[in-house]
Amino acid sequence: MRLSYPTNIKIMKVPCTGRVDIIHVLKAFENGADGVYLVGCLEGDCHFLTGNLRAKKRVEYVKKLLDETGIGGERVAMYNLSAAEGQRFAGVAREMTEKIRALGPNPVKKQWSSNQVANPAKAGLEPSNP
Amino acid sequence: MIVANRKPFEEIIEMVKPYSRILLLGCNECVTVCAVGGAKEVAVLASEVRLFRQKEGRPVEIKELTLERNCDLEYVETLKPIINDYDVVISMACGCGIQFVGENYRNKIILPAVNTSFEGVTEEHGVWTERCQGCGNCVLDKTLGICPVTRCAKSLFNGPCGGSQDGKCEVDKDIPCGWQLIVDRYKEMNMLEKYLEIQPAKDWSTSRDGGPRKRIREDLKI
Repeated sequence: MRLSYPTNIKIMKVPCTGRVDIIHVLKAFENGADGVYLVGCLEGDCHFLTGNLRAKKRVEYVKKLLDETGIGGERVAMYNLSAAEGQRFAGVAREMTEKIRALGPNPVKKQWSSNQVANPAKAGLEPSNP
Repeated sequence: MIVANRKPFEEIIEMVKPYSRILLLGCNECVTVCAVGGAKEVAVLASEVRLFRQKEGRPVEIKELTLERNCDLEYVETLKPIINDYDVVISMACGCGIQFVGENYRNKIILPAVNTSFEGVTEEHGVWTERCQGCGNCVLDKTLGICPVTRCAKSLFNGPCGGSQDGKCEVDKDIPCGWQLIVDRYKEMNMLEKYLEIQPAKDWSTSRDGGPRKRIREDLKI
């Protein structure tokens, strides 16, 4: 299909979204991610029966935690699509990128880059060719 | 097992406000099983605190550590070489563990990150319910394994009371009437005649009324 989607997205492969734990999402934010979204199989189509449903619950839980810490739960999302939905995958990537761009950078990263990194672009924290 | 609930994040973050080097202590026993203070929950709370403080511009250093037990000197002693490297200890262990660490490191402030709630069971994954209040004088033989002290909101010994409606307690429609459970159990076991026995007033001297309790087994003392 040769579809393109925003290059700012880093894909972390897991055997099933049911493998994703609360701490994985929190660590992503600690390490400077601006947003995290889970792409699981369609509900009812999980090879392991309930992996994607568990992931959905965990996303809801982690949203609460991120609201409490001031990062903002809206930076996390869960999408369900099938392996045949390449178009939608690219669409979701664009949708999420736009949503997170509108929210601005992860507030932790902002602090981190201004406090500790003299040249954020050089450290790979900001795009060098905007 | 001892069941606890995590304190609200705002409360925890307020407690640790003055500190920048924190030892976050979990426990591998009951609080791990009830998913409130094991290694996983320690990691999540540490991450939350780091995120919050980083955002505030006051980064914090957190050492995550989960002891096998916080209520046993053997494991609490292992903190000795590192505890003084930290300003404060936040404990996710039950109330016993929190106090025991505090007793053994008197120069350290120990802050609780959980509210210790009850002695209970895992009814299903993610659901814990109370079963025992540790009254010190078990009557489960008389009530066929259903505790009237815990399961009856009034801890009645000759129940049920008038608040029992359709098998539910008047305290909450989701709480089964303890005495209904007991009567149902008598019926199930064809022992309904036991229900006719009037139970005398319970001796509560073995319960909390006598202050903190103590158990000694001389043969085990070293």
